[in-house]
Amino acid sequence: METVLAFVIGGLYAAAIYMLLRRSVVKLLIGLGLLSHAANLLIFTAAGLTRGRAPVVTAGAPAAVIADPLPQALILTAIVIGFGVTAFALVLVFRVYSTLRTDNLDRMREADA
Amino acid sequence: MIIASVAAGFGAALIAPVVTRWLRHRAGWLLGTLPAALALYFASLIPQAAGGSATTARLTWVEDLGLSLSLRADSLSLLMALLISGIGALVVVYAGGYLKGHPALGALYAWILAFMASMLGVVLADNLLVLFVFWELTSITSFILIGFHHDNEQARAAALQALLVTAGGGLALLPGLVLLGMAGGTFELSELNLQAARIQSSPLFGPALALVLIGAFTKSAQFPFHFWLPNAMAAPTPVSAYLHSATMVKAGVYLLARLSPALAGGPAWAFSVGGIGAATMLLGGAMALAQTDLKRLLAYSTISALGLLTLLIGIGTPHALEAAMVLLLAHALYKGALFLVAGAVEHETGTRQAPLLGGLARAMPWTAAAAGLAMLSMAGLPPLLGFISKELVYESAFELGWPLAVTIALTLAFSVCVSGVVGLVPFWGRPKPLERHPHEAPPSMTFGPLLLGGLSLVFGLAPGLIDGRLAGPAAAAALGAPVALKLSLWHGLTPALGLSAATLVLGLGLLVFIRLMRTRLHAALRPWGSERVYQAGLTALNLAARGLTQLLQSGYHRRYLTIIVLTTVAAGTFTLMRSGAFNWPAADSPPGYYELGVALLIVAAAVMAVTTSSRLGAVAAMGAAGYGVALIYLIFGAPDLAMTQFLIESLTVILFVLAFHHLPPFARLTTVSERAGDAALALAAGAMMTALVLSAVGVQLYPSISPYYVQAAESLAHARNIVNAILVDFRGIDTLGEICVLAISALGVFALLKMPRRKAEGAPTPEADPQAETGR
Repeated sequence: METVLAFVIGGLYAAAIYMLLRRSVVKLLIGLGLLSHAANLLIFTAAGLTRGRAPVVTAGAPAAVIADPLPQALILTAIVIGFGVTAFALVLVFRVYSTLRTDNLDRMREADA
Repeated sequence: MIIASVAAGFGAALIAPVVTRWLRHRAGWLLGTLPAALALYFASLIPQAAGGSATTARLTWVEDLGLSLSLRADSLSLLMALLISGIGALVVVYAGGYLKGHPALGALYAWILAFMASMLGVVLADNLLVLFVFWELTSITSFILIGFHHDNEQARAAALQALLVTAGGGLALLPGLVLLGMAGGTFELSELNLQAARIQSSPLFGPALALVLIGAFTKSAQFPFHFWLPNAMAAPTPVSAYLHSATMVKAGVYLLARLSPALAGGPAWAFSVGGIGAATMLLGGAMALAQTDLKRLLAYSTISALGLLTLLIGIGTPHALEAAMVLLLAHALYKGALFLVAGAVEHETGTRQAPLLGGLARAMPWTAAAAGLAMLSMAGLPPLLGFISKELVYESAFELGWPLAVTIALTLAFSVCVSGVVGLVPFWGRPKPLERHPHEAPPSMTFGPLLLGGLSLVFGLAPGLIDGRLAGPAAAAALGAPVALKLSLWHGLTPALGLSAATLVLGLGLLVFIRLMRTRLHAALRPWGSERVYQAGLTALNLAARGLTQLLQSGYHRRYLTIIVLTTVAAGTFTLMRSGAFNWPAADSPPGYYELGVALLIVAAAVMAVTTSSRLGAVAAMGAAGYGVALIYLIFGAPDLAMTQFLIESLTVILFVLAFHHLPPFARLTTVSERAGDAALALAAGAMMTALVLSAVGVQLYPSISPYYVQAAESLAHARNIVNAILVDFRGIDTLGEICVLAISALGVFALLKMPRRKAEGAPTPEADPQAETGR
């Protein structure tokens, strides 16, 4: 499964970078969203996969084999931060568009000058 | 005390503008007392240094790095320090007359005094790095002084050229000195010079020597770096006399002499230093003859003299070094005087063109007298110091065979001719018609050249004043062994005397025919100017810099991103391949069919997000990919992650859909080939990330701290959900930071939404967007 997920991560990265390279700023936002999926999945996979055993202590002692809790904690933080970034960027784009009437990044540069 | 002697110049530089505002052009007489006092102080150190015990001072800075402000005044340093402070005093006085009434006279004084202090630092430094710092300071002060007439474009270009060449040499010098210090195991010059065997057997010796020589050659205007010096004549004449004849350009020669105990001895030193010196000497001498501008003439002749000094240091025999030290002194005295004379002539007549001048002696008797003394010394006539130095040069050259002696004699014949053109022809013969009726220059401008010319005579008549006290011990310092120098005017009928006579005859012959030769010589020597190489290099450098800036700083988000991704992919792939880190996961669990389904869902969603032209479709696809990722979390034991991901993903999609109401539809803004290029780059990046994940899976370089969290979750945090325990307890501060980020983001969102709407003037509308139209 690690091999399969490695290719999934690669696909997500490719899609994210392609979208980030667009001139349309909305596509860039979608690229940002895909990029955070890719990064989170990368941390999750690289730490090693464990099927089904959530890192929860039941009745005194933890089970012999459980999923690694540390990457999960890191990713949980990352998901939330990613949401904050996306929300802020989206509103920023909305404001930029309502001021400049363009969603083309190259044209925004010209308006800046 | 010796540290104060260096610091005093910098202090005086600070108050010089104030003093000048108060005393105007008479400030020179007051400001000149500091260099004069320093000269007396250095003179008082001479007997002690001649006795072999140098005066030292040391302020430790970083002990472990061998960094300390250590100064040391031995005879070689004192010889230079006396020239710097003594001529400095005369130049400060002279500048008051030369630039009388100039609004920036105070600034000139400040920079001249700052230069003097830096130059004293160079010659008194005993630590290589201290020497380097002062060395660079002289380059910078020289840059400012050459560009003193900054409203003149030529002066600015000349200043920049001098800075680029000398500071470029400084860039070579620094690694050279560091390598030298590493090879010798110390950065203290006095200790380094005792380590010759260790340094010269070190593998670092070759590079260190080459780099140090480049530094010295650029500073002392040696071929092929000589071209900056004639252009530096754009500086006011007192500056030219001081920096570009008597002191700064001798810094390179000083460095060679200073380091010669450590570096000399091998063929590499003799051939590179001697060879470059000889080439510079001949080229400079011949080029001087082709000039008509008095200052450029003197500049080329200075290049020639610096070449001869370099040649003598390259020869490195006791006699050659003795000759070098006496010549160093003699040259500073006569060339400094002649520069000041040329400035006085220009000041009084309004021209520096040699062919326009004649018969000035009647109007300017004192200047003529000073010129005569300096000229006789430069021509090498008895009983002046120039004669003695020339005899010494010939004697040391004869030791290596007559061809060398004859080559030097040819150069010195050029020098005889130059001395006549500057010191003789303008003052004697028939007066020529001038635009301005010449008067004698003010005392401030005749005092300096007369004193320098007078010293040439005094030291010539009484060479005992300098031989055993100053020049001899200085030569000993450059040799690293004691020498017994006894100077006298009369050596008997030696081959050197014969050669001197021949030189004089040849030089006078050249002087008679100089007018006929000038143009032809000028044309013949033109290809030897390496200035065109400099110009081409400068143009290429500027073009390359502009191109690189345009490439890297385009202002287009896509290009920045392309460069970043490309660099990451290239560096990542290279590292993966070179280190052999890439391998397939060792323990790969076989995927279940539903897991494969989820994986396919994510990939299909990603493809759709990229390819769809519908905004809603793209956002839905992004959401689907996020849900797929959440399913993976769920399958592999992370229900908390899955829950969060489901929630956040739903929220994101809703946000997007709400915002789309106010945003334009997707437009194709790029061409097919651009998209293909981006796709290729994106796929390459994806492939590299895949390879990275494959290699990273199951690699555990350090023991994980997870078992600790698992053990301690219940006992310490009283929690059964370990992920939660980590977030709110073990790494609670992290989570606090995360909350802050979210709060700031929320504030930003609120502010952006509530900000009063204001349309930018002239903002492009989507309809008027030509790129959007063509690309659609």
